[in-house]
Amino acid sequence: MWDHEIKAMASTHAIIASSVFMATVLPAVLVPGFSVYGAHLLWLYSVSGAVTVVSVAVFWLLGITPPTKKHTLGYKLSRVVRSCLYFFLSCLFFHTVVVLYGAPLIESALETFSLSVLLTSLTTLRCLCVLGPNVQAWIRVFSRHGAMSVWDTCLQITVACTLVGAWLGAFPIPLDWDRPWQVWPVSCSLGAMIGYLTGLVAAPAWIHYHRKQLTYKCK
Amino acid sequence: MKVRSSVFASFILIFEVVGIALFLRGFFPVPVKSSFSSKSSLSDQPKEPLAGSAPNSSRLPQPLFKRVVIMLVDALREDFVLGPSGRMYMPYTRHLVEKGSSQSFVAKARPPTVTMPRIKALTTGSIPGFIDVVMNLNSPALLEDNLIWQAKTAGKRIVFYGDDTWVRLFPKHFMEYDGTTSFFVSDYTEVDNNVTRHLDSTLKRDDWDMLILHYLGLDHIGHISGPHSSLIQPKLLEMDDILKKIHSALEAEGSLPYLLVLCGDHGMSETGSHGGSSEPEVNTPLVLISPAFKRKVGMEKPAVVEQVDLTPTLALGLGLPISQNSVGRVIPGVLEETSLRDQLRFLHLNGHQLSCLLKDSVADYEKDPGFEQFRVAEKAHGNWMKLYLEGNTSEVLTNMGKKVLKQYLEALAAMSSALSKQLGKYDMYSMVAGMLLLILLLAMPEALSGAASVDLPVLSALLSLPFYLLCLLLASVHVLVCTSAESSCYFCSLSWGLVFAAVAFSSAMFCILVSIATRRLPLGGDGEWSLSELDVLLLAGTVGHTLSLAASSFVEEEHQTWYFLLNTLCLVVFQDVCRKYFREQRGPGGDEEPILPSKDCRSSARPAAGIYSERWLALATPPFTCCAAGLLRSLNQTGVQWAHLPMSDTGSTGCSEHKLVLSLLSAFCLVLIYLLVQRRCSWVSKVALALGLLGVYSYRAAVGNVLFPWQHAGRTTSKGTVEARFVYVFVLGILFTGTKDLLRSQIITADAKLKSRGLWEIYSGLVLLASLLFRAHNLPVLCCCLLIQTLMAQFIWKRLHYDAAQTTIMHYWFGQAFFYFQGNSNNIGTVDISVGFVGLESYVEAPAIFLTALSTYAGPLLWACHLVCYLSSERDSPVALGHGCYCLALLRSVPAAAYIVLVTVLRYHLFIWSVFSPKLLYESMHLLLTAAVCLFFNTMEQSHGSSKS
Ligand SMILES: [Zn+2]
Ligand SMILES: [Zn+2]
Repeated sequence: MWDHEIKAMASTHAIIASSVFMATVLPAVLVPGFSVYGAHLLWLYSVSGAVTVVSVAVFWLLGITPPTKKHTLGYKLSRVVRSCLYFFLSCLFFHTVVVLYGAPLIESALETFSLSVLLTSLTTLRCLCVLGPNVQAWIRVFSRHGAMSVWDTCLQITVACTLVGAWLGAFPIPLDWDRPWQVWPVSCSLGAMIGYLTGLVAAPAWIHYHRKQLTYKCK
Repeated sequence: MKVRSSVFASFILIFEVVGIALFLRGFFPVPVKSSFSSKSSLSDQPKEPLAGSAPNSSRLPQPLFKRVVIMLVDALREDFVLGPSGRMYMPYTRHLVEKGSSQSFVAKARPPTVTMPRIKALTTGSIPGFIDVVMNLNSPALLEDNLIWQAKTAGKRIVFYGDDTWVRLFPKHFMEYDGTTSFFVSDYTEVDNNVTRHLDSTLKRDDWDMLILHYLGLDHIGHISGPHSSLIQPKLLEMDDILKKIHSALEAEGSLPYLLVLCGDHGMSETGSHGGSSEPEVNTPLVLISPAFKRKVGMEKPAVVEQVDLTPTLALGLGLPISQNSVGRVIPGVLEETSLRDQLRFLHLNGHQLSCLLKDSVADYEKDPGFEQFRVAEKAHGNWMKLYLEGNTSEVLTNMGKKVLKQYLEALAAMSSALSKQLGKYDMYSMVAGMLLLILLLAMPEALSGAASVDLPVLSALLSLPFYLLCLLLASVHVLVCTSAESSCYFCSLSWGLVFAAVAFSSAMFCILVSIATRRLPLGGDGEWSLSELDVLLLAGTVGHTLSLAASSFVEEEHQTWYFLLNTLCLVVFQDVCRKYFREQRGPGGDEEPILPSKDCRSSARPAAGIYSERWLALATPPFTCCAAGLLRSLNQTGVQWAHLPMSDTGSTGCSEHKLVLSLLSAFCLVLIYLLVQRRCSWVSKVALALGLLGVYSYRAAVGNVLFPWQHAGRTTSKGTVEARFVYVFVLGILFTGTKDLLRSQIITADAKLKSRGLWEIYSGLVLLASLLFRAHNLPVLCCCLLIQTLMAQFIWKRLHYDAAQTTIMHYWFGQAFFYFQGNSNNIGTVDISVGFVGLESYVEAPAIFLTALSTYAGPLLWACHLVCYLSSERDSPVALGHGCYCLALLRSVPAAAYIVLVTVLRYHLFIWSVFSPKLLYESMHLLLTAAVCLFFNTMEQSHGSSKS
């Protein structure tokens, strides 16, 4: 029934995943001495930049964003401005949450903020692309039985996977193994990244296998 | 037989406490100690035996050595010196071993092969138990009779360089010392250079009698890269050079007979760690070098001795009394060159000390073969002495003396092994029995359903065949274990009747539980599992926390786990609030839950603004909790990662500005506590509470922590006994009022309101007591605790319709987190013992222990009490209390049971003493406390039921 949508979703995810891959490989070729642990911030920025650009482009081309009522330029502009504002607010929100979880407040503020930028570009950006700057819709999607389309379910899965990945990534930090990936925030960002990639794979697969059970109210 | 589920749960908890007690009994065996509290001294040495007349000669042989140098190389493995590669690693030492006047042995260390217990074993000659560590909570110093103390008392001047564990164990014992810390394992050159740099000047001087050197570098290399690394050889060559330097310096001195000891405290496994009981970890070299020994002609196979044998050997060699609790026996090779009379005398002294210890520690010591042999040998010794003093010098006398010597040696060996059999061994039988008791009691999935009562099929279980079979099986296992040769279990010393009663009881329990489980099994399949995010988190957190206990780092940093879980909990609750209060009501179906609770008749009359503000308050509660947790976390930073940082608030009590801030803060906190607690009390308790809190402040002022507004500047600080007792009076008063209300609600009028007021009064009495016991800088913790409880109860738990299980789990998590917020950790050192003196003139054991336990567990206790108050105020679900009690019991016993299994598996872990054992004590104490709370729950539920009917 939704074969078409699932295919579109799978290809979108493939494009995004390959962009992540490219964002890791390209700096390794171009920048001398680049490694995921060593130049971690660089890797963070390149990955979040790539994910941001590619997902905005892909979702805009696909046209999943809910149709706007007005087509005036001013309205569209205000939507873009609000999206940017939301993006920034979400960075701050993640930063606060991570600090509350026990990240150093002042010492490595830059690292913490980079992590929150990564988390934002992996989660909030997708919400912005799929749902638009509409908090009510976000709350709806993230409550029980709130998904109204395949894309909503997909959004739920990827966001949950990313956050759980980042959450699990914090566990090895107190262990006394002295490994390079235990340094703050390497394990968390790696966890988030792995969770995101898992989500990208898992969402279409899950929807494909559960397509019989999935019924949406408004579709 | 029908039993209410909460009764069932507390019954089970009590059995778990018994199980844990049994386990602890097996895990920490009671150490063998002589009953004399004093230490042995020269004056009460036994007389030399003499047949016929009463023995009256207390002559002691001349000390063999005037000067002793002990060179202890941490983690020196036996084959590093005595093995085939020893010639390459330590050429000079090897030369001495093969050709010099030396004696070399393989000394067996007892597990746990960890440095501190090994040092204790080497100096006291006993095998220390963990109980010793707990008993000496106040001081890390070694209080037992030991060689260093004896040497110091005898006027020997001791110099020490090396691991600072020694300095902590023996404060003020050394004439000169320099401790190096073993904190940085990656450093293996500095630690040793810090020892060696003193060596040249010390060896030149002659104002010392005993020199102890403890080198840590080899151990660190082992931990970094294992026993086969390329770093080992240079390090051992360095050690060899040092030995050569010491030896030649001692040789040059000439006149004095010296003793140079090279030994290791423990070995090193093939991976470079230690702590376990494998051969390479246990076997250490022991090389004694002295001109008093015969020169060797070639390499012989070294004899095997116990590590503790060094202690009596050194003591006798130096002419010191053997320390009381020593279980070692003198190494006969060392005495070979002395006269036969002296040899016999030495052996007699050692035998006498061992027989005294045996008398104290074994019940039927007279039947012990070693003891009998010693008696016989002593008599023969007396006969020999008589002949010797008569001037007999024939061959017969020498042969007879040789025979006495042999008898003595056999007696020593027998007594020593009888003593060490009781020591340093885990009593696996008790441990397994305790563990089984725990696991058996976990195997009941009943009451989780929230049913009001549990049906126990007692009769059918008692009449079934499996019951009798199980009884038979357990009894035969018991007989088998206790009649086997090497058993020294606690159970075997119990009377048979008691054991069989326990066997019958536990098999009956087991049968009952199994039949319950099978009855429920077919029912368990139905019912759909629909879990919300909160349920997933609560389950995953509980399971994850239990699993995390297997890693020593997670045990050390357990507070991090709880802070992490607490934060996540807040976020999930935040999401729930968002969802339930702020979701747009444009859904087509009517299945949306009501956005705001409109059941309350008054709420419809309330203006819209009120609902609006309530919404925002509810939204603000989880972030507030998060922020409060963040602040509290920085208040008392616990855990090893923060150990080097200064405490943020405790220090600098002299600084007046600091004191002013602290005074304002605590005054504010006390006012806030009053405001938060008073609203549900009767007016009597309100007044009592206010006066009590005033008393708390004046107590703090009297102790000198805070400023009193109208205090004279010159007043000296007292102990504040009067003020503290003043507060105690009010605490008792409030508790009394609460109990009275409870009783009245139960007996006279079935008034639910009165009952909840009574409960709240008991709770507020506890709060008052906690505010007295908490240190001044910890009052914000109490304050935040009350604030969070109020907010959560007001806006979250009731409004979002969390059921009893969810509320209980949240309470438990908060309780755990507050346990760490208070400044506790899984280290024994953070227990604040000074609390035991609040309001007491001198140390009185029972109240001191009670107060210390109460203040340590104040966090979990307050949250559990709040749970009782909260659940009993919920009128719509009568079984909530029982259900909550059951959940609490389960939450506590799952980690406890899992931890016990883990500890048993990890009993040879490197950190078993430093990390896992203290945590085990904390866990069992917490379980005991939870059992008490559950009993309280029970009585509440009983009265609840009776007031309903
Ligand atoms: Zn050691
Ligand atoms: Zn070590």
